[in-house]
Amino acid sequence: MSGWQTLLYKEVLRFWKVGFQTVGAPVLTAVMYMLIFGHVLQDQVKVYGQVSYTAFLVPGLVMMSILQNAFANSSSSLIQSKIMGSLVFVLLTPLSHWHWFLAYVGSSVVRGLLVGTGVFAVTVFFGQPGFVAPLWILVFAILGAAMLGALGVIAGLWSEKFEQMAAFQNFVIMPMTFLSGVFYSIHSLPPFWQKVSHLNPFFYMIDGFRHGFFGISDVSPWLSLGIVGSAMLIVSAIAVNMLRTGYKIRH
Amino acid sequence: MPAISFQSVSKSYPAPRGPKGSTFLALDGVSLDIEEGEFFGLLGPNGAGKTTMISILAGLSRANSGRVSVLGHDVQRDYAQARRSLGVVPQELVFDPFFTVREALRIQSGYFGIKNNDAWIDELLSNLGLLDKANANMRQLSGGMKRRVLVAQALVHKPPVIVLDEPTAGVDVELRQTLWQFIAKLNKQGHTVLLTTHYLEEAEALCGRIAMLKSGRVVALDHTSELLKAASSNVLRFKVDSELPKVLADKARITGRIVQFPAHDALEIENYLAAVREAGLVAHDVEIRKADLEDVFLDVMTLHKDSKAGTSGVTA
Repeated sequence: MSGWQTLLYKEVLRFWKVGFQTVGAPVLTAVMYMLIFGHVLQDQVKVYGQVSYTAFLVPGLVMMSILQNAFANSSSSLIQSKIMGSLVFVLLTPLSHWHWFLAYVGSSVVRGLLVGTGVFAVTVFFGQPGFVAPLWILVFAILGAAMLGALGVIAGLWSEKFEQMAAFQNFVIMPMTFLSGVFYSIHSLPPFWQKVSHLNPFFYMIDGFRHGFFGISDVSPWLSLGIVGSAMLIVSAIAVNMLRTGYKIRH
Repeated sequence: MPAISFQSVSKSYPAPRGPKGSTFLALDGVSLDIEEGEFFGLLGPNGAGKTTMISILAGLSRANSGRVSVLGHDVQRDYAQARRSLGVVPQELVFDPFFTVREALRIQSGYFGIKNNDAWIDELLSNLGLLDKANANMRQLSGGMKRRVLVAQALVHKPPVIVLDEPTAGVDVELRQTLWQFIAKLNKQGHTVLLTTHYLEEAEALCGRIAMLKSGRVVALDHTSELLKAASSNVLRFKVDSELPKVLADKARITGRIVQFPAHDALEIENYLAAVREAGLVAHDVEIRKADLEDVFLDVMTLHKDSKAGTSGVTA
């Protein structure tokens, strides 16, 4: 293994050692959502005309779990090691800012996909979505996880205290994922809120991801790919630059 | 080519107190070369700039001006090579709570691209008395054991230049001895060692050359033997039960009941004892000893008493 691969391995090992909390818990949370919302809305809501609400909900919950856990992975690792001081072991190495980026974002993608697979495995029993275009599923899962992993790097470097990190998570990540169409199709919203939803890049991740399951989506998957790809590039550029300048880690 | 080179290095930080935008000058034009194979001591009171120098050397901080290199590799432009050449034992007792000792050492080796490093890891564990803790989680170790792991982590990639930032702060005698034996062995094998410590007897015993730092400036730099020669040759040491008169106390180093006067000759010693007697005091346990590095250190610091930390701070 080369240097950055070791950092990637270490970051994966870090969350895997506490897998009950980092993988098990989010899977259980998703099951709770499915039980409650699925039970309440199953017979009352049909999406895209023919899709049952529980089947519609499965990809939404999977993507939400991927995004939240990818973010949690890089951000919590960085803030913890910054506060505990153990980041020094990585700071003293010859690893470049690109190596850091690859390892932290890579491990976030691994955790996101692992949790996503877990959530899919347990929620699929409630409502089976199709697999119309599996490549879209994979593309949006990886891109979404990578973007949130990079966002986690930004938040982890920027935060100096756990409170700041919690604020980032609760006031930015949570609203953006919840308001992105996890639980509903934005076509069910009034026109004004539909327009607002179109400004949220998270909406395109979930919409494109869902397209892979049903072959139907609120907007074209190519448009979603373009927007998510661009957002990913912008967020990555910021994260890489923060790592290059050693923002709040090299004084 | 020097193992470590500082050329006119200055570093300022935002001042913790004072008006907004004001800065604290932690290093003020430090120039210093440490040759390959040296065992070099960096001494100074708290806040003198020792850790700032080490942080800049290790890439944890960036100098505002000047140039720092390790074996000719600039720590900024050629940071990868510089860091490969450097093994740093940080001052803070830090550890990664997720891993065992062996895992931590394997991971640290991996960061440097070193595979199958178990033979050297075992040697490190054995030399530092950690073999029976190899599979223990870092959280389960005592402070002294964690300190040993920090040393091992700094050495996994066999760096030619080893930097120890107060490695014996708060550790027991056994570890100090184990550690110094091992570091001295590495030094004999050709590794350059840079040490900061508050234990001056350690520095005197180990370091061939010493720099003393005060308020971000190098105020003394010489071979340890030369520094010792330059100091007052003797120290008069005794105990008294009452307070010394101010005129005497100002010249003495007082630790509880113990009083010490630097003295150059027998006459000076006699005069001090006479002055104590005249003050109506009785000196017990009188002894005369050779001056040591602590005396040199205190002499140098007294000489540069006027340069208070932070007074050289400038407004940004």
